[in-house]
Amino acid sequence: MNVINLDHISFNPLLPEVKEAMIEAINSDLHNPSSQHKAGEKSAEMLAQARQNVADLINAADAKEIVFTSGGTESVNHAVKGAAMANREKGNHIITTNIEHNSVIRSLKRLSAQGFKVTSLSVDESGRVDPAAVADAITDQTILISVMHSNNETGTIQPIAEIGAIARENKVLFHCDAVDSVGVVPVDVQALNADLLSFASNPFYGPTGTGGLYIRRGTRIFPLLDGGVQEHNKRAGTENLIGIIGMGKAAQLAAAHMEERRAHLAELKKYLVEQLPQYVDDYIINTNPDHSLPNLLNVSLKYIEGESVMLMLDEENLAVSTKSACATGSLRASHVLLSLGLSHSDAQGTLVIAWGIDNSKDDLQKLLSTLSGVVKTLRSMSPLYQK
Amino acid sequence: MYNQVVMDHFKNPRNVGVIENPDGVGEVGNPLCGDMMTIYLKIDEKDHRISDIKFQTFGCGSAIAVSSMLTEMAKGKTLDEARKISNKDVAEALEGLPKNKLHCSNLGADALHMAIQDYDDKKAGIVRPKAEREEKHEHGDGQSCYCPYCDVELDEKATFCEACQRDLTEEH
Repeated sequence: MNVINLDHISFNPLLPEVKEAMIEAINSDLHNPSSQHKAGEKSAEMLAQARQNVADLINAADAKEIVFTSGGTESVNHAVKGAAMANREKGNHIITTNIEHNSVIRSLKRLSAQGFKVTSLSVDESGRVDPAAVADAITDQTILISVMHSNNETGTIQPIAEIGAIARENKVLFHCDAVDSVGVVPVDVQALNADLLSFASNPFYGPTGTGGLYIRRGTRIFPLLDGGVQEHNKRAGTENLIGIIGMGKAAQLAAAHMEERRAHLAELKKYLVEQLPQYVDDYIINTNPDHSLPNLLNVSLKYIEGESVMLMLDEENLAVSTKSACATGSLRASHVLLSLGLSHSDAQGTLVIAWGIDNSKDDLQKLLSTLSGVVKTLRSMSPLYQK
Repeated sequence: MYNQVVMDHFKNPRNVGVIENPDGVGEVGNPLCGDMMTIYLKIDEKDHRISDIKFQTFGCGSAIAVSSMLTEMAKGKTLDEARKISNKDVAEALEGLPKNKLHCSNLGADALHMAIQDYDDKKAGIVRPKAEREEKHEHGDGQSCYCPYCDVELDEKATFCEACQRDLTEEH
């Protein structure tokens, strides 16, 4: 069975070079990088190299500003909760948007229960937040602004540099959840004025279970995990060295091949958007046409439900993801899609098609021709479809 | 995710479509829940038997499988027999559905009962306003409520799941 992976937003395969680096690390008798003997020092060097590769990928001024974590979720929790707690005496107000990932939303919910006030801004129909609305929301109590770089459901990219500049001007900490952007599109912490930036390794073909948090030097933040002095006292616990070595290799490759990968992914996106109307009608594209990731398209197919589409495509060995309420654990419509102004029934028919550097136009062609039949079949049994 | 019986009915649904000039129509579901189902009946007047049944469904894999199985169970049955088919019977005939789908997708028997009611009403000359027909978001007999996150059985009025520590206030 040869499954065509068009669900890269859920999982990316490890690149062969990443696998090799990790296997080599496993075979090289690693030790604890905090130990001061030779074996420990050798491990510390490998850790430092990975840290430098990651720092270079996001243009951090100093590799020490990178803290390795267990992935995007931990990074976001650390950034949001750690910054809020550490700056509590300065104020209790936090600004965010309605379309953030649940790691941001639920971290803020937790903080709200502890007395923090949260302003959550709406996005416009194109899925973007207005930087002026961010500026307007700032009060003398505002200590943190948290806005995602790209949305994990729609791929829409926010005006982060503008928001970062506003935060800097108002001396408010700025956290950017860049989990789905780092390693896919250029992300430069200097240009974005980010004080905190969360990212993960798998979006750029590194192992899951590894990620990082950029903490600009001088930023007041508490650790999420208390214990030892690893990660410059910001994240206790012996590092996941094998994973981090894989991440470092993946970061190096992402930086070196960023432009060619992006060109390939963008060409596939152009092809998909151009071809789609020849295969299906009555759909809504929820991805911003001008400001979005090159590797993802979010489409709502009217009159049908996404889980059914996903299951039928799966029968033909095509893996996609759906944002239908029926397919989520919570059985609730996606907050991101509702924020865009979609009706519940339109949101139900939403597919997230996410390709990777290993996909080709042939893969998308197979998807389109299969999807065409699936949509016809499901519409023929839908009480909402009148044609 | 789904067992083979469910997948078979999902992939090869029986009795899909519309009956022209039906003797009874039943509609359940709403887009908030995600699933909508319409059942069309043709009734043999002589022996009060369902001579034909068709469905249209907007919904997930289990909603389509439920509709298909329900129509197979109801076809050829007398109205009295058909009234006794419950949502639970349909789920059992499908050899089980994921717990969190029992609540929203398993509406087939409700739609069937409404279609029979519609037939009875027509015969009796009763015209019910549309609103009265709408299905309330309630559990049927013998159905339990489960946490949508962790599948633990809950009281229907629960606002917090002790098992997974989740806030459920927005769920119901």
